[in-house]
Amino acid sequence: MTRPTRSDPQAPGSRPHQGTHTSAGAAAASRGPREGRLQQLEDEGVHIIREVAAQFRNPVMLYSIGKDSSVMLHLARKAFWPGPVPFPLLHVDTTWKFREMISFRDRMAREIGFDLVVHTNADGVAARINPFDHGSSHYTDVMKTQALKQALAAGGYDAAFGGARRDEEPSRAKERVFSFRDRHHRWDPKNQRPELWNHYNGRVAAGESIRVFPLSNWTELDVWHYIAAEQIEVVPLYLAAPRPVVERDGTLLMVDDERFRFEAGEQPEMRSVRFRTLGCYPLTGAVESQAATLDGVIAEMERATRSEREGRVIDHDRSGSMEEKKREGYF
Amino acid sequence: MALEGTGPQRDLLRLLTCGSVDDGKSTLIGRLLHDSHQLHDDRLAAVHKESAVSGHAGRHVDLALLADSLMAEREQGITIDVAYLYFSTSERSFIIADAPGHEQYTRNMATGASTADLAVILVDAVRGVTTQTRRHSSIAGLMGISAAVAAVNKMDLVGYDEGRFRSIAAEVSAMAGALGLAEPVCIPVSALHGDGVVEPGANLGWYDGPCLLDHLEHADMDSRPAAGASGFAGGRMRLPVQLVIRPDHRFRGFAGTVCEGTLRAGDRVRVEPSGRTTAIERIVTFDGDLEEAPTGRTVVVTTTEEIDIGRGDVIVDPAHPPQRGRLVTATMVWMSEADLVVGREYLLAQGGQTMRCRVSEVMGRLDLDALESVPAAAVRLNDIATVTVRTDTELIFDPYTQNRTTGSFILIEPSSNATVAACMIEAAAPAAAWEAVPGATLERQRSSISGAERAARLGQRPVTVLLTGLTGAGKSTIASALERELFERGRTTVRLDGENMRLGVSRDLGFSSRDRSENVRRTAELARLVNDQGLIAVAALVAPSAAVRERARELIGAERFVEVFLDPPLEVCRSRDHAGLYEAADRGEIRQFPGVSAPYDKPADADLVLDTSRLDVGSCVRAIVTWLEAGGFIGAGEGLEA
Repeated sequence: MTRPTRSDPQAPGSRPHQGTHTSAGAAAASRGPREGRLQQLEDEGVHIIREVAAQFRNPVMLYSIGKDSSVMLHLARKAFWPGPVPFPLLHVDTTWKFREMISFRDRMAREIGFDLVVHTNADGVAARINPFDHGSSHYTDVMKTQALKQALAAGGYDAAFGGARRDEEPSRAKERVFSFRDRHHRWDPKNQRPELWNHYNGRVAAGESIRVFPLSNWTELDVWHYIAAEQIEVVPLYLAAPRPVVERDGTLLMVDDERFRFEAGEQPEMRSVRFRTLGCYPLTGAVESQAATLDGVIAEMERATRSEREGRVIDHDRSGSMEEKKREGYF
Repeated sequence: MALEGTGPQRDLLRLLTCGSVDDGKSTLIGRLLHDSHQLHDDRLAAVHKESAVSGHAGRHVDLALLADSLMAEREQGITIDVAYLYFSTSERSFIIADAPGHEQYTRNMATGASTADLAVILVDAVRGVTTQTRRHSSIAGLMGISAAVAAVNKMDLVGYDEGRFRSIAAEVSAMAGALGLAEPVCIPVSALHGDGVVEPGANLGWYDGPCLLDHLEHADMDSRPAAGASGFAGGRMRLPVQLVIRPDHRFRGFAGTVCEGTLRAGDRVRVEPSGRTTAIERIVTFDGDLEEAPTGRTVVVTTTEEIDIGRGDVIVDPAHPPQRGRLVTATMVWMSEADLVVGREYLLAQGGQTMRCRVSEVMGRLDLDALESVPAAAVRLNDIATVTVRTDTELIFDPYTQNRTTGSFILIEPSSNATVAACMIEAAAPAAAWEAVPGATLERQRSSISGAERAARLGQRPVTVLLTGLTGAGKSTIASALERELFERGRTTVRLDGENMRLGVSRDLGFSSRDRSENVRRTAELARLVNDQGLIAVAALVAPSAAVRERARELIGAERFVEVFLDPPLEVCRSRDHAGLYEAADRGEIRQFPGVSAPYDKPADADLVLDTSRLDVGSCVRAIVTWLEAGGFIGAGEGLEA
């Protein structure tokens, strides 16, 4: 694990450092009050994040570098302002992430000043596990699920925040905000703790933990509206740009580095694409788009007829596959 | 198709759907999503594909598959847990909590209800209002959902008959009245075919009211609890403190969510439970300081005075302080497979307030057929009960009808950490005499005769023997024989029989659990006096509540208290009952009779357990005498020399 140095918290009580503007250059310069839905969702998320900080000995925030993680991190900064975010951010690096994600991650850690923990499954690397030779399901198990368990065990974390939303995928629609995991990191969907009002029960025995989802009630569109309203910086891959892609089985894959394996007859071609979710580049499908700004993305979304996880190869194995992965400890 | 009108300013409404299994809740939700064009093509295609394989809708597309997503649910065709679904129209954004219909998952339904603004109650047009409809409606009402819609579903199966709809609407109205709920708006629908859900359809020509979606989009929610789970937008400011923000010595702020009223910079406030007052100096947020923060807003505040404030404290409007106390009455939804154990320790959690507590009394259970409170012998999974909860430190609270956050709490079973109950506070329980604090000027008059002197004179050390058990267990018989035996041995005793107490000291008391508790208290006070004089007390009382017996033990002194549980089978007790009390209780002439219509908490750790159906009186008395000898209260055979 590597631990970049943690920068000093900003001076208490002063206005926050306004981060560089979104790559999209979207949204007006002045932030108006967030009325209605986004304000309610923000307040709910901040409340949940504070509750975890208060109830748990050693929480960690999963940081996937994606748009949801960016929103979650933003909420965490709000939750403890003018203090620093009081827990580390954990990135499980499969070594196959888009290069832009990694540079974005390291820059965010420097600029915002959070404690970043990066973990890679060294056994998986030694065994040369990769998404081309081993199939999405085995690769995901070793480099993501196993890696995550290793990192959580190594850190001794009793709570882990994730940016999952209930609208993403059917099995997530049933998950609690505070989601109990046994000592094997397993989720038991038939035996979830009732979750009432905002009185969250975070009590666990040694070895057990809670996964916490502060964005449970957000939709994909809420996330984008919020990113625009709050001028949250996101990885530029979310915005359309000409990128080298190949089309394989109807999916557009980006040729992000020299490790990409071309199949017979494949030639990268430049197309204007963007990504709705970000993950390992050989497993993440792009969509053709001209939306080079946040406003453009939102406008496209509002016309969208495909759900966002469609671009993820992992979900298509078969119906119920995400639920099975979650039972095994996948985030 | 398009996701329309989902701009950031859109109002957010949290819906709860409830009703019996097979009323078609999941299908209705699927229909709402489908007909309001909320479905992405790929998900719809997946549902079409699965309908063919595992659908339960015959040749129709099984829209329930959109909501019932867990594998076990698809296999069984039922909803196990609350699924949260999201959709928006040009008028509103909605979060639907789709609650399970099966009775064994009522606890999950309560989870969905606790944060909902509006309930959609499904009623099957064929079956009409069922117990489960009443159960769900009752929980929805108890949980403070002020608005309800009754969707009378499966109109297709009754030929879209107006008369059938009218009679169910009347049933629903009667149920709401009996439960004290707001009058629901009734709408006829067929979730399977779509009539009345988003579009009027061709089959309900006689109906001129709004479609379901139309109603949901326009329902007036001004009186709803603000900010979802946060509470009611009343005038009494409440800010429960979640944690202290202290990045360095220059800044010390208190973070929390305003759960009622409006917080303003400069306001004088009071901090509970310390009672200290101060003023709000700043309302600090990431986006800059605020002049005021409305209900639901998360804030950090600083105060003008440096006073000690921590997690669990509540910052309040000093003109309208909350209540505080160690004894509250609450309505409880019990959520554990294991029954509630009266007198057992649970953890109470309300936001940052966490404390140990015991349920000291079960006043009754809601009978969902009769819709009235009935005496409860036990509180089981999915029961709705009225209870008294005693906490070990003071709880800061409001009635639930005033504040959903400070008016509620959960109970946690401490060994498993499971959440076992959802509780809504009705009021502070009137302090029983147990709690009464004697006047401050009173002073206990001490005797000049020491305990040792009394023991030397009497040849015994004082002790209270409590004989507890059901009517007919043999309490008075054993008490009488024990008194005789000790007398023969030269010991000095005072017999305190429950019946005798009621003929004199307690003649003003009845047989409610509260009065029974008071009778035990008076007996225990007498036993303490008797013991203080060096005498042995033999008390014979039903004393059905474990918590009350525990208090008697504390009052008298655990070191001189012996609990003897007389435990013959219930049939034996009944056969010995020549006064016919059990039969009267069976007929309902005597209410709250332990063993019949009220609970008797069997002692978990009695000093002696005697089955008087197998042991004769002499054996029982010998067992008690042996115990007293072993404890050094009386000598073996001879008088005890100090």
